Amino acid sequence: MRFARPETLYDVPTHYCSGCGHGITHRLVAQAIDDLGVRERVIATAPVGCAVLMYDYFNCDVIECAHGRSPAAATGLKRCLPDRIVFTYQGDGDLAAIGTAETIHAANRGENITVVFINNAIYGMTGGQMAPTTMIDQVTTTTPHGRDARLQGPPIRVCELLSSLDGVAYLERVAVSTPRDVIQAGRAIKKAFQYQLDGKGFSLVEVLSMCPTDWKLPPVKAAEFVNEKMKRVFPLGVYKDKG
Amino acid sequence: MKTGTEKLFMKGNEVMSEAAIRAGCRFFAGYPITPQNEVPEYMSHRMPEAGGIFVQAESELAAINMLFGASATGARCMTSSSSPGISLKQEGISYIAGAELPCVIANMQRGGPGLGNIRASQGDYFQATKGGGHGDYHLIVLAPSTCQELWTLTMNAFDYADRFRNPVMILGDGILGQMAEPVEPTPYEPVCELPDKDWILDGCKGREPRVIRSLYLRPAEALAEHNRHLHAKYDRIRHALPRAEEIAVDDARLVVSAYGMTARIAGGAVHEARRRGMKVGLIRPITVWPFPEEPFLRAAEHARQFLVCEMSEGQMIEDVRLACQYRRPVAFYGQGGGWYPTPEKIFERIAVLYEECR
Ligand SMILES: Cc1ncc(C[n+]2csc(CCOP(=O)(O)OP(=O)(O)O)c2C)c(N)n1
Ligand code: SF4
Repeated sequence: MRFARPETLYDVPTHYCSGCGHGITHRLVAQAIDDLGVRERVIATAPVGCAVLMYDYFNCDVIECAHGRSPAAATGLKRCLPDRIVFTYQGDGDLAAIGTAETIHAANRGENITVVFINNAIYGMTGGQMAPTTMIDQVTTTTPHGRDARLQGPPIRVCELLSSLDGVAYLERVAVSTPRDVIQAGRAIKKAFQYQLDGKGFSLVEVLSMCPTDWKLPPVKAAEFVNEKMKRVFPLGVYKDKG
Repeated sequence: MKTGTEKLFMKGNEVMSEAAIRAGCRFFAGYPITPQNEVPEYMSHRMPEAGGIFVQAESELAAINMLFGASATGARCMTSSSSPGISLKQEGISYIAGAELPCVIANMQRGGPGLGNIRASQGDYFQATKGGGHGDYHLIVLAPSTCQELWTLTMNAFDYADRFRNPVMILGDGILGQMAEPVEPTPYEPVCELPDKDWILDGCKGREPRVIRSLYLRPAEALAEHNRHLHAKYDRIRHALPRAEEIAVDDARLVVSAYGMTARIAGGAVHEARRRGMKVGLIRPITVWPFPEEPFLRAAEHARQFLVCEMSEGQMIEDVRLACQYRRPVAFYGQGGGWYPTPEKIFERIAVLYEECR
């Protein structure tokens, strides 16, 4: 991994909290786009969530979509311009709660797009409410006594859920909580874009990501939370690879 | 599709679909709902033939958001539905209006509220003309009353959308969508100048990256500024587009007003009244947003009364009252829930009111 700023990112400070996984993941996505030399062909969709302002950071065309609807918008973009590179960047509320239908159906149609999915087990932007990926016993502002499977159901595992769909080409779950994880996350994201370039169909990389602010943990403890808690519930690895 | 030498004979839904394709529509996304199923069905085979894209979406919500993406690439694009599905599209319509993306949305209205029924209705007039989704925006809304007019207005809809970078709604109803009548397939000619689409997203090769968005967080004034910009545009539309057909209005003592299918039925009643020597006219709004106010104000000079007919409990009547500035009484004849009037019944109402106008 190179240390200079990728061309696909503007040289501006971001609004992300210190220790947040969004900044690291932005950097990995931008690096993958640089490495593949496709920046001028990229159209990105911004989610509703903490990354809504990603159009201020990414040096490429960006469309800001309604909450959860990015995969549908990306379908329209990619079908109209099949030789452009279209990726969505979505949080867990965006992708796995309000946008579940759009996610599953874009995946099932095998839309030739790439999805970067930030799983931080919480709603960051709105101040720390329960996400579909919030873990059992995890305290959030809407699960003050911890998530209770009997009341809120267990967390949704997106890679496992999507792995049964034939339209999906590539699914991998990675993390950005250790240097080694970051390197693997970069590889996975680049591979997902490569699959799109090769016309293989729907690719998604789920990134276990820190939200120190809403987890109410200092950055170092937040990384430990990913390593010790999240990786148990959301095992890392490749869930589908059509090759 | 039966084609003669220069006539098409198809259902309204198919007429609209073919007109869209001839106007250059190359992306259609939709979801089945009666009474507009012929639209996605027709598009599913004609779009690929025309080199365009058809997607059967997982919901109306997804369909309108597919348009959000398709329109951003500069493609002429369309979705269609009927009332319950149009409700589901409102979120996307608001975003499309906010991001100023051109597209065409057809509503072949059916009875409501809720699941209602599958018979024709005009119960969505408020939703179409007053907002529907959140925020302070307007759609351009066209109300065809024959299959021939549906052909022309569908083509116009794409031009207006591109000219003003604004979503356009074709406000039809279940009867118009389902009935077949001969249509002369006039060739597509742009009705206005079409500006270059210098805002589209197609990758930033050779230019600065572009952003399409409806979010205006900073500076604090940005969203107010954006709203002012939108409303300046709506004022230009109010100036440029209002259209109405006027029949025998000049000397009328009673002026009937109706749009779409109801206007066609009311036209028969007005004709009958004239045949009997009664001075009755008809104003038929063709654009219902912007509402054609001027003919009403003019008619209020000599007409003693207005009669509005709608397939609803009375929605457009509010615009008629405003347009004639409450100078004359405005009576109503109509019913909601999937009902339609007959010329005879409208004539009966005309006859009673006309007595009062003498
Ligand atoms: C239709 C709609 N409902 C709710 C919201 C409020 N909202 C904004 S962001 C968000 C959740 C964001 O959480 P997530 O997708 O996990 O992203 P994160 O902020 O954690 O990155 C919600 C509920 C909205 N903007 N639109
Ligand atoms: S609230 Fe959480 S997800 Fe949002 S920027 Fe801060 S740390 Fe990141």
